[in-house]
Amino acid sequence: MKYIVAIIQPHRLDPVREALSEIGVSGLTVTEVKGYGRQKGHTEIYRGAEYAVHYLPKVKLEIAVSTEQSERVIEVLSNEARTGNIGDGKIFVLPMESAQRIRTGETGNEAL
Amino acid sequence: MNAADTAWILTSTALVLLMTLPGLALFYGGLVRSQNILSVLMHCMAIACLASILWLAVGYTLAFSEGSAWLGGLQKAFLAGVGRDTVFEGTTLPESVFFSFQMTFAVITPALMVGAFVERIKFSAVLIISALWLLVVYAPVTHWVWGGGWLAERGVMDFAGGIVVHVTAGASAAAIAVMLGARSGFPKTVQPPHAPWMVMVGASLLWVGWFGFNAGSALGANGDAGMALLVTHMSAATASLVWVVIEWIKFGKPSLVGMVTGTIAGLATITPASGFVGPMGGVFLGFAGGVICYVAVDLVKHRMKIDDSLDVLAVHGVGGALGTLLVPFLVGLPGGAGLGETSVASQFSVQLLGVGSVLVWSIIATIIIVMITKAVVGLRVSDEAELEGLDSSSHGESGYRL
Repeated sequence: MKYIVAIIQPHRLDPVREALSEIGVSGLTVTEVKGYGRQKGHTEIYRGAEYAVHYLPKVKLEIAVSTEQSERVIEVLSNEARTGNIGDGKIFVLPMESAQRIRTGETGNEAL
Repeated sequence: MNAADTAWILTSTALVLLMTLPGLALFYGGLVRSQNILSVLMHCMAIACLASILWLAVGYTLAFSEGSAWLGGLQKAFLAGVGRDTVFEGTTLPESVFFSFQMTFAVITPALMVGAFVERIKFSAVLIISALWLLVVYAPVTHWVWGGGWLAERGVMDFAGGIVVHVTAGASAAAIAVMLGARSGFPKTVQPPHAPWMVMVGASLLWVGWFGFNAGSALGANGDAGMALLVTHMSAATASLVWVVIEWIKFGKPSLVGMVTGTIAGLATITPASGFVGPMGGVFLGFAGGVICYVAVDLVKHRMKIDDSLDVLAVHGVGGALGTLLVPFLVGLPGGAGLGETSVASQFSVQLLGVGSVLVWSIIATIIIVMITKAVVGLRVSDEAELEGLDSSSHGESGYRL
């Protein structure tokens, strides 16, 4: 099983969610986050003064999937989150030891 | 006593209080970082309450009762001798209404200075500075200009407070900002405004309230009031457009904060002229106010490096002074009140004397007030408290709970 963490542009969340549910991803967790990568934030101008905004708003998705499904999920994430502009984000893939559905006690792929 | 006049000034009184609570509070509140929003609202609220009580106690009598050319007497302290039916001399208004209308000016003027010291000042220092300032700067200057004092005798033209409100507050704000010192990190790492939408809501309430401020200063329901309202609106609209166009050309994007800063610049600039000029005078003052105040913001903050944090001097002080100095040149345009027997040059020299003397008095008196305050309670919160934000460190509250 894999635990996929993706940091994406907030406005790409809906297309990503739709594409993921089309390929059978049955659940994901979304968090509004702030951060920076190579883009290093941006500047805003108020009353003629430039302010550096170091942390830009992004959306973090966390998705637990079976190992077989993971490649397809990464591909969909990569395609749907991409705008081609700086700041599109990153995908991290972690091995996942176990999963359990709290209500029923099911474990492994059954719990995803 | 005249019912129509009284009704309009009662209405204006409410409008001018609306300028401070919540107009100015929101205008300033949106410009600071999110950890300081409540402290700004607190400053405006506390100053409103404190100034009201002081106005009743001695402020009003020092400003508006008979005395010397420099200061009114103490005969109307706590409104002694003013009954329900007392009419204020020279008007058709109950003195209770005239008192209350003027009280809302005494509220907003020290509250304007909040913009100079946000995000770093001790709350106790805010109270002491505001209280002393009301009695030492605002009340005497009001007496000089509107209470029959030495500037009134010379015929200075200040319809609604270009000198009395905006020059006093603007000059003193800069003095406080210099003595208090800049916010930590100024100018490089200061945080941007946390809620530009709130700045717009505040500016809009100020705009509406300003109808009471300027048109109410006619002290009657008459043609002066009507024209004052009209020119006030035109100046605000013009200055807003001018400011946003300058920013659009210079930075590539027309910003909301820029546009509403222009609104306030236009309103401050028309204030001293509002009862004297016609529609084109209003447009001209809006144009001049938009351009000059824009330049002034850059000058004070970015070149002189004074952390007058929310640009009280550049927007209010400069706008008020500019309007006051331009009045004599514009009253002759259609719809204007004219100068009567006086020449433009001699009226201009009186206007210059008014602005200059009030500027000097405001700065000297404020320096002394701030020195006293520093000795009694200190001025700044600790560096840690500043970093944490005044909402939590000074007031034990938080503006946003997410």
